[in-house]
Amino acid sequence: MTAEELYPILSRFAESQGIRLNKDREFVLDILRGLLTNELRYGYRSCPCRLAWGTKDKDKDIVCPCVYRDPDIKEYGSCYCELYVSPEWNEGKIEHRQVPERRPKEKRKM
Amino acid sequence: MAPSKNKKIKLYTLSTCSHCLKTKKFFNDAGIEVDITDVDLLTGAERERIMDEVRKLNPDCTFPTICIDDKVVVGFNEERIRKALGE
Repeated sequence: MTAEELYPILSRFAESQGIRLNKDREFVLDILRGLLTNELRYGYRSCPCRLAWGTKDKDKDIVCPCVYRDPDIKEYGSCYCELYVSPEWNEGKIEHRQVPERRPKEKRKM
Repeated sequence: MAPSKNKKIKLYTLSTCSHCLKTKKFFNDAGIEVDITDVDLLTGAERERIMDEVRKLNPDCTFPTICIDDKVVVGFNEERIRKALGE
């Protein structure tokens, strides 16, 4: 699968959940390429913005969509990667700020 | 941009990360030479050694970690990068 093929699938998925993909399509395609690279590398779509352990058991919280996505969108309007965002974030109604890492330190590959 | 060119700049990045790509593009477009390490592409002892460097600069070990001389910028934040470059 290519990033271009994955794009409409995840776009529909996001809309079905009341959220959106970042309206910057080229930026999103870069993220999707990273996701697909990780899928080939590890066998699952590990978050491309985080260093994976490489075993699903240790990375299950960061398989996209990660478990931190919803609280991050609620608090900041976007997920850590800025892949999934709220409609308000896309419309520029809320400030775009760097989302701090919510994944607990003990779970991170350090 | 001239003063930036005398600075020692290291980027610790992930090859898959779009914020890291933006960071690489920023320096490339500005014509500023940087030393780039994609940590996810390293293995074994080499990765451990590089992660030790990242940990000292950014205890959160998040990416990109950008080191401009003695200043550290975490994440792609153009304003902070420009400030660290002395612009």
